[in-house]
Amino acid sequence: MSMLSFERKYRVPGGTLVGGNLFDFWVGPFYVGFFGVTTVFFAALGTALLAWGAALGHNWNLWQISIAPPDLHYGLALAPMREGGIWQIVTICACGAFISWALREVEICRKLGIGLHVPIAFSFAIFAYITLVVIRPLLLGAWGHGFPYGIMSHLDWVSNTGYQYLHFHYNPAHMLAVSFFFTTTLALALHGSLVLSATNPKKGEAVKTAEHENTYFRDTIGWSIGTLGIHRLGLFLALNAGFWSAICIVISGPFWTRGWPEWWSWWLNLPIWRH
Amino acid sequence: MSTTCAVYRRTASGGGMCALLLAGLLLAGCERPPMASTQQGYRGLGMVQVTDPRLPQPANNAVPAPLPHAQIAPGSPLAGDTFKNVQVLKDVPSAEFARLMVAMTTWVAPQQGCTYCHAGSDLASDALYTKVVARRMLQMTRHINSDWGKHVGTTGVTCFSCHRGKNVPEYIWFKDPGPAHPSMTAGNRAGQNAPSPVVRLAALPNDPFTTFLQDPTEIRVVQEVALRQDGSMGPSIKNTEQTYGLMMNITQALGVNCTFCHNSRSFFDWDQSTPQRATAWYGIRLVRDLNMNFLMPLHAVFPPNRLGPTGDSPKLDCATCHQGVHKPLNGVSMVGDYPELRGAAPAPAN
Repeated sequence: MSMLSFERKYRVPGGTLVGGNLFDFWVGPFYVGFFGVTTVFFAALGTALLAWGAALGHNWNLWQISIAPPDLHYGLALAPMREGGIWQIVTICACGAFISWALREVEICRKLGIGLHVPIAFSFAIFAYITLVVIRPLLLGAWGHGFPYGIMSHLDWVSNTGYQYLHFHYNPAHMLAVSFFFTTTLALALHGSLVLSATNPKKGEAVKTAEHENTYFRDTIGWSIGTLGIHRLGLFLALNAGFWSAICIVISGPFWTRGWPEWWSWWLNLPIWRH
Repeated sequence: MSTTCAVYRRTASGGGMCALLLAGLLLAGCERPPMASTQQGYRGLGMVQVTDPRLPQPANNAVPAPLPHAQIAPGSPLAGDTFKNVQVLKDVPSAEFARLMVAMTTWVAPQQGCTYCHAGSDLASDALYTKVVARRMLQMTRHINSDWGKHVGTTGVTCFSCHRGKNVPEYIWFKDPGPAHPSMTAGNRAGQNAPSPVVRLAALPNDPFTTFLQDPTEIRVVQEVALRQDGSMGPSIKNTEQTYGLMMNITQALGVNCTFCHNSRSFFDWDQSTPQRATAWYGIRLVRDLNMNFLMPLHAVFPPNRLGPTGDSPKLDCATCHQGVHKPLNGVSMVGDYPELRGAAPAPAN
C-alpha cells in the first residue's frame, strides 16, 4: 500500500511494551505489535465461537441470534459449552481483544510521543463492559448475571434487569449517566456546529479563526470555554457517561436489591423536613 | 509555575474530596454483597430475583401448631343442634366446632379471649359487632377456599392467614382522604407526585387500591393498535401509571420484583409471562370480590373507630395475606387441619 510522502517520518521503531522489536512492524496502514497479534487472536477465536453458538441456536436471523450466559446454578464455575460455556469463553476473548486493542493504542502513542488520552478514554468503555460481564457477576456470585450476546436478547436483559429494581429512573448513578450522555451530545453538537460555521463563511470570504469562535460564545452566553477547553470538556462528559453507566449497573444488585425509588428514603428522612 | 502547580494540586484534592463525598452519598444506606438470587426465566434473560439475606425478613410467618383433633364418634352431635344461633358451621360436629372456636381465639384475639366476640356467658348473643363480623369472615374464608382455588390452590386460607394473632390484620387500607388543604390549581398533585409508601416511594398515582381493588377498573396499559384511526383514545399515560402504582404495591406485598410475573419486553403478553402472573390475575379479582362483597357491606356493622378517615370500611389488598412473601406463611397450609373452613361452597349471601 502506498504511503503519503510524510507518513514514513512517523513510522519509527521502538515504544513497544511487550515483544521488543519482534512484532514492531506494519501491515499496510496498520501497526501490528504484540498486541495487534493478540487482538487478532482473541477477536478471531471469539467470533468463531459466536458463529458456533449461532449454529447451535434456533435460526440464523441476525436479530435473534443469542449467545446466553450459563444458568445461575453454575455460580462462578465453568459451564458446559452448549449451556453457557461458549458465552464464558467469548467473554474472555472479548476482554482479551479489548484490552489488547487499548495496549496497542498505548504503543502507538509511545511511538509518537503523544499523551495516552485515547487509550485511557477507551479504557472507560472497556471498564463499563467488564463491569457488566465480570465485576457484577463476580459480586453476585454467578456468571449467569452477565448479559447475553445478541442484538435483541441483550435488550431484553437490559429491560428485565432494570425492572428487577422496579423503576430504574430512580437509580442515582443512572440519572448521572443519562445526564452525561445527553450533555455529551449537546457539547458535541455545539462544538461541531461552531467549527463548521467558522470554516464555512460566505462565498468569497476568508475562513474565520478561533477568535471568531470564542467571540460567538462570549456574545451568546458571556464566556467561551476555548479551543482546548471544549475538548477537555467533551472528554470529561463522555468518560463520565460511560463511568456512571458502569456504576449504575454495578450498584443494582450487589449494593441494592430493592426498588430504586426506596433508595431515596435517606433524602425523605433528612432531619430538615422529616416528620 | 509553582503557583500553577499549587492551584492544580488544590483543584485535584478538591475534586478528590468531591468524588469521595459523592461516593459516600451514593452508598449511603446501601446494601452489600453477597446476595441471594433465583433465576426464573431462560438463562441470560434477566428474569431474576436478587435478595439481600441480611435485610429483616418478613415477620409473623411462624405457623402455630395445630390444636389436637377432637375425638369424633360416628353420630356425635352437630354444632347446629348443640348450640344456639349457629349459622355458618351448623354441620360441624360440636367437638370440632369447639376446637375451631379455640383456634380462632388464638388466631384473632389471643389477649381478649372468647369475650372479644361473645357477650359474657351468652354465647349465642350477637350483641357484639365482632361476632357479626367474625361470622361473615367465616363465610368469606369458606368462599375463598371453595370458590377461589385458582388463586389459593389447595393451600387455602384460615383466619390466621391475615390476622396473625391480631384483632385487625396488620395490612389493611382505607380510602386516602387526600391533602388537608386541597387546591384546584397550584399544589394539586392529582393523587400522585408524592413519595407514598403505598407505591414504594415512587411518584406514581398513589391510590391504586380504590382504583383497582375496589372499583372493577380494568388494568390496561398497552394500546392494542399502533395508531388509532377511529378517534378513540385508548389507555392513557395516567392509566398506565395507575397500573404501575398497583404493580409497585404488589411487589411490596409479595416481596418480589416485576420479573416474578412479567417478561418486561412485553408486559401484556401472556405467552411471555410466568405462570405466577395468572395466579396474580385471579388474586386481584379475589381481592376485589372480597372488598365488594364482604368488607364493604359490613360498613354498618363496624363501629366508627374501625372505619377510615373518610368513614369507609377497612379493606384488604395483597399484603393483607401475603405480608411480604410470595407464598403466604411461606406456603404452609393450615386449612388441612381445619377442614371445616374449606366449606361446601355456599354462595355468599349478599
